[in-house]
Amino acid sequence: MQTGVLETTRQPRALTRPSRIRRLWTKICRLRMGILGGLILLGLLAAALLANWLAPHGPFEQDIMSRLQPPAWMPGGSSEHLLGTDGVGRDLFSRIIHGSRISLAVGLSAVILQVLIGVILGLAAGYYRGWVDSSISFMVNVMLGFPFILLAMSLVAVLGPSLQNIIIALGLTGWPIFTRVTRVEVLKLRDMEFVLAARSLAFSTLRIMSKHILPNILPSILVLATVEVARAIIRESLLSFLGLGIQPPTPSWGAMLAEGRDYMLMQWWLAAFPGLAIFLSALGINLLGDGLRDLIDPHLRKD
Amino acid sequence: MKTFIIKRLIQALAVCLVISMISFFLLFLNADPALVLLPPEAEVEDIAAFKKQMGFDRPIIVQYLDFIGKVIFHADFGNSFVAKVPTLKLLAERVPATLKLTASAVLIANLIAIPLGILAAVRRYSLLDNLSTLIALMGQAMPLYWLGIMLIIVFGVWLGWLPISGSQTLPHLILPAVTLAAYLLPANMRLVRSGMLDVLNQDYIRTARAKGAGEIRVFIVHAFKNAAIPLVIITGLQFSILLGGTVVTETVFAWPGLGRLAVNSILMGDYPVVQAIVIFFSLCVVIGNLLADILAAFIDPRIRQE
Amino acid sequence: MLNAAPPLLHVDGLKKHFPIKKGLLTKTVGHVFAVDGVDLFIRPGETLGLVGESGCGKSTVGRCILRLYDPTQGRICFQGNDVAAIQGRDLIRFRTQVQMVFQDPYASLNPRMRVREIVGEAIRVHKLHPGRSWREQTAHLLREVGLSPDQMDRYAHEFSGGQRQRIGVARALAMQPKLIVADEPVSALDVSIQAQVLNLLDRLKERFELSYLVIAHDLGVVEHISDRIGVMYLGRIMETASDRDLYQKPLHPYTQALLSAVPKAEAGQRRKRRALLQGDVPSPINPPPGCRFHTRCPEAQSECRNIHPAMIEITPGHQVACHKYAEGGKDCP
Repeated sequence: MQTGVLETTRQPRALTRPSRIRRLWTKICRLRMGILGGLILLGLLAAALLANWLAPHGPFEQDIMSRLQPPAWMPGGSSEHLLGTDGVGRDLFSRIIHGSRISLAVGLSAVILQVLIGVILGLAAGYYRGWVDSSISFMVNVMLGFPFILLAMSLVAVLGPSLQNIIIALGLTGWPIFTRVTRVEVLKLRDMEFVLAARSLAFSTLRIMSKHILPNILPSILVLATVEVARAIIRESLLSFLGLGIQPPTPSWGAMLAEGRDYMLMQWWLAAFPGLAIFLSALGINLLGDGLRDLIDPHLRKD
Repeated sequence: MKTFIIKRLIQALAVCLVISMISFFLLFLNADPALVLLPPEAEVEDIAAFKKQMGFDRPIIVQYLDFIGKVIFHADFGNSFVAKVPTLKLLAERVPATLKLTASAVLIANLIAIPLGILAAVRRYSLLDNLSTLIALMGQAMPLYWLGIMLIIVFGVWLGWLPISGSQTLPHLILPAVTLAAYLLPANMRLVRSGMLDVLNQDYIRTARAKGAGEIRVFIVHAFKNAAIPLVIITGLQFSILLGGTVVTETVFAWPGLGRLAVNSILMGDYPVVQAIVIFFSLCVVIGNLLADILAAFIDPRIRQE
Repeated sequence: MLNAAPPLLHVDGLKKHFPIKKGLLTKTVGHVFAVDGVDLFIRPGETLGLVGESGCGKSTVGRCILRLYDPTQGRICFQGNDVAAIQGRDLIRFRTQVQMVFQDPYASLNPRMRVREIVGEAIRVHKLHPGRSWREQTAHLLREVGLSPDQMDRYAHEFSGGQRQRIGVARALAMQPKLIVADEPVSALDVSIQAQVLNLLDRLKERFELSYLVIAHDLGVVEHISDRIGVMYLGRIMETASDRDLYQKPLHPYTQALLSAVPKAEAGQRRKRRALLQGDVPSPINPPPGCRFHTRCPEAQSECRNIHPAMIEITPGHQVACHKYAEGGKDCP
């Protein structure tokens, strides 16, 4: 999609060919957005690692005398509790900071599990083809035909709601997208001459897959994984919101949102801020993912 | 073409069968139906007798074959543990509400996505285009249930314009439908945009413009007609997203549809109902994919070769 | 030119058919007859050129010999052992002795590897030079192909097409092979670079006691480095002869047509008639019966349409598969 001078003059500008300055500006915006996303993720990491120092109160510290206090800037709010307090007088701001730990832990671990399962199956399907490919592709179709939320809920119901089981449930349901992407990339690569060369050098299949094919698909996997972390964070909060995730009183954003829902008629902040935290984290990670995509492989961006 | 359709159909049915198998094993692994059905004070002998009577003592594979046989040959999904009525009857009561919700959501989403997507493509890299990118990014990051709750707080509680739960009248429909539509909007908008961009760069559009056809006419008649194809296809592929969305939306708005029934049934351990909904949902998804595949193959003969 | 040593490689009746799958149970509805009965041999120290239009199956022959494809039928004897169906340890041992230089200097080098990894990996993995560090050996090989060992830590994309092809040659040499199959080794390069790479191949042949199978679509490329040349058309070999014989006394009408397309530098050497090919190469899915070439042959007779011509030796070392030269034929030279 290169715009040469000739082409710009030949074509009316209104039709899909913007001026160069506009394009450049858009590019800079995108880069900036990626940096912004990185900063948000950095903030999230800091919140998770330094929760004990950053949070003004403990996540379970109850102050029943000042329950259901509004945020500091509203009438009746106090600077003691920046975002107000919940039904048993816990500081909402501190609980949100501590909640980042759960979100990040679940998001990262679940995606690592997804990548492990998905990439290995995708490599096998793409490299061996034939019946291996058929059966793995069939499994992918089965998983994609399963309504995710019902499968994940059933899995958690079977395993029991705990941090570890939520990670397992999200990992076991989220891998097909990695298998799909890996498989397509491997199919593209496996008949390339450098892979044939590796075969004629008598390298083992394991070496060819790990040293010759995998490094070439890693960038796409990395970009996808970034976006999937955001998705896993949203899904964890959804499971917790539906009561099948992290159990109260552990500070998870989804569970806090579910509690806040009971107060939404009067104390709107209890539902608003945990959700905002989820939204901003997911947005930041997605922005970073888009930025990485542009950086690593401009061809991946389709438009 | 015929073999292609038959092949896909068989594949789709196989997928549904495997899904039913997985969910059956999963659910029956989970808890003892006898414990759900009998009062907690039941004696050990009572439980054993009950299990024998209901057939729960048989090997799980036999139970599954029995179950799937009844499903296929008698459309019998068993009785709900909780409501004690045939599962299918329970489902049938809920289908209209879900249908109403999803249909309005698809309508709203496309009413916004199509004009925005076209405009974004025509005025590429303009403010509007960047705005649509932003909307898409935000939509991706938005937890659906949070959006629903915020809509309730703003339009139901603060402004008092719309009812916050229930399903009796049209105003009741607005917030849930808008929430679900927001879920579909970003993807559809991006799709219309990229579809339009593809088409606009093609020679016949340039020819149409060169022939002096008016801008509007070119965009609407020539370009969109062709860009709409991927949209139709993606709608078929979107069934799983859509159904997942109904589960969340219906829970937030207490909408009496299948999604809410599913959540409640999982929470109460009413497995025949969960099982039936899983099979129903996956049938919808698989059929949606199938229709999309067939449509795509009709349009692009190369796909058939694969 | 003729030497009596037993051949290093002897291919006998090689066939490679790719199935075309279709329908409900992916049943095979047909085959691409990419290679359909090829015989050839290469003596130690010899270079065999294999020439033909694209799609004639010459690359498939090369890949079958390296066992990158499993042959459908036929024998591939290397130093007297049939390697057409070996597996596992035997295949690995075989592959240390036969290597390939690929066509595309961009696709044949892993873009995520440094030169030292590309060339040295095999030395390291297979422990090919116990006495020497793999780095030293890699540096030595790079020098041999005319590259500076200082460039070891660069990535392949930092090199030009010709340099990349040299890296590919060094990678093949790392295995200390006896035979190198060069599949269109210069067709992707600029004309000015082509001669350099061909000369390099020629020089290395002496130094490393190699034999070559050089595959090309252009007679001009193989002319200078081949001892013998085989001309291939639609999965079969039409004519084999020594370099000189083929150029001076081409027998097969197809060879004559190919030669007339080669631009000649010497002004005096004009060919008697210019046989230009008409029509397209038929599909290898449904190759014509009889002589494969009859659909385009200016001299086709009725028997050419029905009977597959056998390979006959006209003069020692010069063989042709054409009814024209069969016993009782009208037109014997």
